[in-house]
Amino acid sequence: MEPEIQKNLPRFSPEALEKTEKIFKRYPPEYREAALMPILHLAQREFGGWLSAEVIEYVAGFMNLSPIRVYEVASFYTMYNLKQVGRYHVQVCTNISCWLCDSDSIVKALEKCLKISVGQTSEDGRFTLAEVECLGACVNAPMLQINDDYHEHLTPEKVVGIIGQLP
Amino acid sequence: MNQSAPVQIVFKNIHKSDSHTLPVYLEGGGYKTLAKVLALTPEAVIEEVKKSGIRGRGGAGFPTGIKWSFIPRNSPKPKYLVCNADEGEPGTCKDRDILRYDPHLLIEGMIISAFAVGSERGYIYIRGEFNLESRRVEQAIEEAYAKGYLGDNILGKGVRFDLAVHLGAGAYVCGEETALLESLEGKKGQPRVKPPFPANVGLWGGPTVINNVETLASIPGIMEAGGAWYAGLGVEKSSGTKIFSVSGHVNRPGNHEVEMGISLRALLEEYAGGVRGGWDNLKGVIPGGSSSPILTREACETVKMDYDSIARAGSMLGSGAVIVLDKSVCVVRALARISRFYRHESCGQCTPCREGTGWMAQIVTRIEAGGGRAGDIELLEELCGNISGKTICALGDAAAMPVAGAIRAFREEFVYHVEHGRCMVE
Repeated sequence: MEPEIQKNLPRFSPEALEKTEKIFKRYPPEYREAALMPILHLAQREFGGWLSAEVIEYVAGFMNLSPIRVYEVASFYTMYNLKQVGRYHVQVCTNISCWLCDSDSIVKALEKCLKISVGQTSEDGRFTLAEVECLGACVNAPMLQINDDYHEHLTPEKVVGIIGQLP
Repeated sequence: MNQSAPVQIVFKNIHKSDSHTLPVYLEGGGYKTLAKVLALTPEAVIEEVKKSGIRGRGGAGFPTGIKWSFIPRNSPKPKYLVCNADEGEPGTCKDRDILRYDPHLLIEGMIISAFAVGSERGYIYIRGEFNLESRRVEQAIEEAYAKGYLGDNILGKGVRFDLAVHLGAGAYVCGEETALLESLEGKKGQPRVKPPFPANVGLWGGPTVINNVETLASIPGIMEAGGAWYAGLGVEKSSGTKIFSVSGHVNRPGNHEVEMGISLRALLEEYAGGVRGGWDNLKGVIPGGSSSPILTREACETVKMDYDSIARAGSMLGSGAVIVLDKSVCVVRALARISRFYRHESCGQCTPCREGTGWMAQIVTRIEAGGGRAGDIELLEELCGNISGKTICALGDAAAMPVAGAIRAFREEFVYHVEHGRCMVE
């Protein structure tokens, strides 16, 4: 029986399923729960960059955990997006070292260039702009992260150039 | 101390091109120390590390060899070695360079450490944002398995060690060792009550050693040249080298590995290109990550970068993140930014921290914005006292220390803000 099909829940692709096998192997078989965080990371990549209620329910079934147990973890960590984000998740560090190096000007340049404010997603769904806490690249401040990639030693001009070059 | 050619133990390879790959690591003598160590007894390795005097480089500064010796020799449960690569203390970015430029040094250090404490399984807990870094480490782990440095029968010596990466997902509190273990077990990262300490009851209930990246990456160097040699570097009670991440208002921000005990002024002027606008333009330095109390310029004139000297100056060495503020900075504003961070990162488990970090952020922000009330400064001080030492983990203290420290060092700026509704810094 496959309840997820009945409920029209999303499902991992065969390639993703292969990845989950590799993930489970990292932990002792009696502690499969430990794989929850990497499985959530994988689910977020597989299902459009965020974890919808349906995805959380699917992961719960997949891990043999209750949905609330999965939601508890998904909602604790900031990198799991519980709301849809744009194709490019632009996260600007504004913590102390970046702030000292004028990260405010980076945020301003992005708001102007993307025509959205911090916390918003552009109408075409391309960009979400967020302020984040220290990303650990303080000696190259100011910096930001777009999806997986760090961009460091920024200036307002450079930021506009980086955005312009995105496919 | 030889300033012209500082000893490089952790950063010895990072300037080579492709330093993250196995061939380059082997060319520099990599994994030779491991072969040497596997001929010793685990007890001898722990003794050597004790002799080195190295203290944990993650922030707490606990002697590593002593930590290892707490692990019970005969445990019915498996023992674990966990590397804390959840580098998150604002201002700190040294471990990132080890992860992305010399992952094999960390792996060799972990195999040696696992052998010393009798662990057959280890994890590297890397903060989730470090994408390139975690991929490099995973690739290095694969290379190490392929060459027999990891697995069932390391270098044919019958020693076993399995190693994997576990990615975090954005929670500062997971840098706290028991929160990290919770997170590694697939739960939300809320710290555990201690005791029991991880050395007795850690990952999945087994005895567990948790060490910082820089600490573990120092181990091959210590075992290669000897604990006594390492103990001869630096100063008494702060032996060896330390990587300082110098950020903020200096001309050349960067990570620098130097001997412990270097003067802060020498670190800033000889390594970081000096304070922006010159030494006289210095307002203060946060010497050990955002949770360490700020030092005034007067204190910066003489303080040395070792555990005891910074403690005597009223702050702490912490993670070695040196954040430099020049005279253009409003200390109240800087503190408001720092306090906002701790409010965001409190895990919510303990009331004093959950509520207190919110109140502190609110009051500091109010003062900064010109809405400060008479008694606000005293209220902040009282709050700090009601948080410190009253929570399960040190996050509460970490949030209170910069507040108490900034008021202690720059009280007149807070008073001016409250009285005039604006800043004295233009």
